[in-house]
Amino acid sequence: MKTAIVVALAFALSSPFAMADDHGDHGGKYGGENRGKPVLPAQTNAKWQQECGSCHMAFAPGLLPAESWRKLMSGLDKHFGADATLTAQENKEITDFLVKHASNRWSAASAPTRITESAWFQRKHDGHEISPAVWKRAAVKSRANCLACHPDANQGDFNEHRISIPK
Amino acid sequence: MNKLLISAALALSLPLCAGAHPIQDSYRAAAKQENPAFKDFSAQRGQAFYNAKTGEAACATCHGDTPKSQGKHAKTGKEILPLAPSVNPERFSDAAKVEKWFKRNCNDVLSRACSAQEKGDFMAYVLSVK
Repeated sequence: MKTAIVVALAFALSSPFAMADDHGDHGGKYGGENRGKPVLPAQTNAKWQQECGSCHMAFAPGLLPAESWRKLMSGLDKHFGADATLTAQENKEITDFLVKHASNRWSAASAPTRITESAWFQRKHDGHEISPAVWKRAAVKSRANCLACHPDANQGDFNEHRISIPK
Repeated sequence: MNKLLISAALALSLPLCAGAHPIQDSYRAAAKQENPAFKDFSAQRGQAFYNAKTGEAACATCHGDTPKSQGKHAKTGKEILPLAPSVNPERFSDAAKVEKWFKRNCNDVLSRACSAQEKGDFMAYVLSVK
């Protein structure tokens, strides 16, 4: 029932043109692995900004579903190979923020902890859209480096018209 | 004239102040507990520690050649502001933050916790870089 509402909402909120990305999939756009809208709430959280933004950009909560954030935040001692542990209090505050503003258009049961593993990310950044050579450029370095090409990614702005791919 | 006097007073008191950093002082107390033979922290040992490569990385890998350098995260490429308070006064001003990063980075670089002596030596080196 909850899934049905989420799917219905996802369809209601998407523009008619967005259907082109659907590929006839019945699990929702991108097979139900769709980022939320907006990806970043108007009111952000200072702890999230500070703690998640020390080693990389603070990724917007809407980029992943709630279950992904719960998984990620419960494994910070081994955070993609680094120790990113927080105090219990900080962890709770940030988890609450991430879960509250997680993707509202994710209807799939999947819950990846890497944003780059999601279907919407892969579709938007496939070889047709971005040449494989671009990822190897020094200014890009990593698929997690949103800011390399999305200058306002910090503010949750991933608008296609404001992309600037470094040479 | 007043300025001169203050400078002179500061210069005279410097040797006494060398260990008067409150965060470093708490590590000094802990180092004495760890090792009764402990005398004092050494900037020289701290410098060797900063540059020592254990496995894939050293402190210098991300923090740069000296604590005055602008660092760069080895994996993400994100900039890391200099460690030395002489160029970045915000450093070593928050004990919880210092302890948080020692815990994380010692785990990442050494795969273990650092001793109080290592932390104090590290601080002695970073504080000595003017």
